[in-house]
Amino acid sequence: MRLEYFQMVDRIAAIDSAARTVRADCAVPEASPVFEGHFPGHPLLPGVLMIETIAQTGGWLVLALLRFRRMPFLVQVKEAKLRAFVVPGQRLQTEARLLHDGSGYAVVAGSISSAGRKVADAEITYRVVPFPNETLRTEMMATARRVAVPEELLHG
Amino acid sequence: MSSTFETVAGIIAETCDIPRDKITPESHAINDLGIDSLDFLDVAFAIDKAFGIKMPLEQWTQEVNEGKVSTDEYFVLGNLSANIDKLVAAKAA
Repeated sequence: MRLEYFQMVDRIAAIDSAARTVRADCAVPEASPVFEGHFPGHPLLPGVLMIETIAQTGGWLVLALLRFRRMPFLVQVKEAKLRAFVVPGQRLQTEARLLHDGSGYAVVAGSISSAGRKVADAEITYRVVPFPNETLRTEMMATARRVAVPEELLHG
Repeated sequence: MSSTFETVAGIIAETCDIPRDKITPESHAINDLGIDSLDFLDVAFAIDKAFGIKMPLEQWTQEVNEGKVSTDEYFVLGNLSANIDKLVAAKAA
């Protein structure tokens, strides 16, 4: 996880296009300016970043299912539950499942687990729109390759 | 009133916290009921799920933006219900 850049997902472990699911791995860094403030002497991954991590996991799924023709933007978080603290150095596994592919929007259910225990879950809604510019699309494709989105899901 | 309208009205009442008795087939979702675009996404999700369809919101928006139809065609609930019926029939065909 590169918290300062809001790049939460380290590696896509699996995307199942037929089942419309994704799994990913995320390692919380040992040190980050985020932990200097949240909180001094008791560093914790902020809950909003846990929700962002779920949203990005589902976002990679939507991007892959649409073969990167459109970009999902977070617009709604429902039923978010932060069930346990997450600390520096902790390894996380995330999952998301597409609940609905709407016209111009998508809804996923996502969760974070650590050592087999669920630490957060939420339902996420995205507006799904054409990429606003080619720069963003190019950067998203480059990041997709860095996090190991399968090449065949980048085009088509 | 059609059962489709009853379902849509129930979804709107629950999703947008609007008293059911204020929702009529003549109600305009935006102008009369004050449903904003984000709340309408919730309504659309619930309608899509309830009827097993995918309302073509982007196509409808484009038609409105291009002046081909009035917003009444898709946002007056009686008309919306009729459009849902057409989508359901098309899916079954």
